[in-house]
Amino acid sequence: MSLGPYASFILTSYLAVAAVVAILIVWVVIDHRTQQQRLRELEESGITRRSGKSATDTR
Amino acid sequence: MSLIDLANPSRFLALTARVLPWLAAATVILLALGLYQASLAPDDYQQGATVKIMFIHVPNAWLSMLVWGVMSVASLGTLVWRHPLADVAAKAAAPIGASFTFLALLTGSLWGRPMWGTYWEWDARLTSVLILFLMYLGLMALWRAVEDPSRAARAAAVLTLVGAINLPIIKFSVDWWNTLHQPASVMRMGGSTLDKSFLIPLLVMATAFTLLFLTLHLAAMRNEILRRRVRSLQMMQASRIAFSSEAGTGSRDGSASREIGAT
Repeated sequence: MSLGPYASFILTSYLAVAAVVAILIVWVVIDHRTQQQRLRELEESGITRRSGKSATDTR
Repeated sequence: MSLIDLANPSRFLALTARVLPWLAAATVILLALGLYQASLAPDDYQQGATVKIMFIHVPNAWLSMLVWGVMSVASLGTLVWRHPLADVAAKAAAPIGASFTFLALLTGSLWGRPMWGTYWEWDARLTSVLILFLMYLGLMALWRAVEDPSRAARAAAVLTLVGAINLPIIKFSVDWWNTLHQPASVMRMGGSTLDKSFLIPLLVMATAFTLLFLTLHLAAMRNEILRRRVRSLQMMQASRIAFSSEAGTGSRDGSASREIGAT
């Protein structure tokens, strides 16, 4: 597959999209772990939901 | 499961946990298929290999508007139906929409340089999409600036609905004004002007990016619900501390108790 004289523009476009999508995925995963960790810490300190269910349980 | 059932955040989280792995798998498969088809697509007779930028530029451009559309429907849900998950949906979609809009501008610019001879031109299409990007950033700033999520939600919903006026301006800018950007070639009266060798990979990539948005959006909504749980538990913790310190000092001033009772 030859990309011709403008290969740098094509490759930069695809790499930029891959980078931003990767950042979005990492942001979502890290944010999920952070919130789960905060909820665990709060539950360990004795703070529970009024329903009595675990705040980290998402099933 | 109806929309009313999903108003319960716990049920929504349970559904998300079941659906997310399948959505992620479908996204990966379709993206791989789309990229493979895009790599096999022939060069354009005028644009040469730069036409391959179309397979990522167009889906990002479509999604930049679709996400604002989703946020507008969610804003109606906040203001009219007061659906508990509506502002969660709108808030979670904003950074994803901003990213797609940024990518549409960036890939468009990288496509424009070899084809138009310039990275940027202040024409109607490019300027209206830049305004859309700035509106996404403004909304995200608004959500961060107002601490109370319900107050922030109402202000953001109004701003989102006002900003929706920009969507038809973006769509029809190439028809209403004389622009450097080409007119619509896929979604137009009389059918697509694209050859099947370009159209099929483009539609596969557009579907893959839409699934990507759906996956990221559901995951971001799940995170936002958990963030609000953290906030409410932290408020409970703060009230317990305030209550116990008040009881310990034996204060006769009941103002603190009343405030706690109010929360």
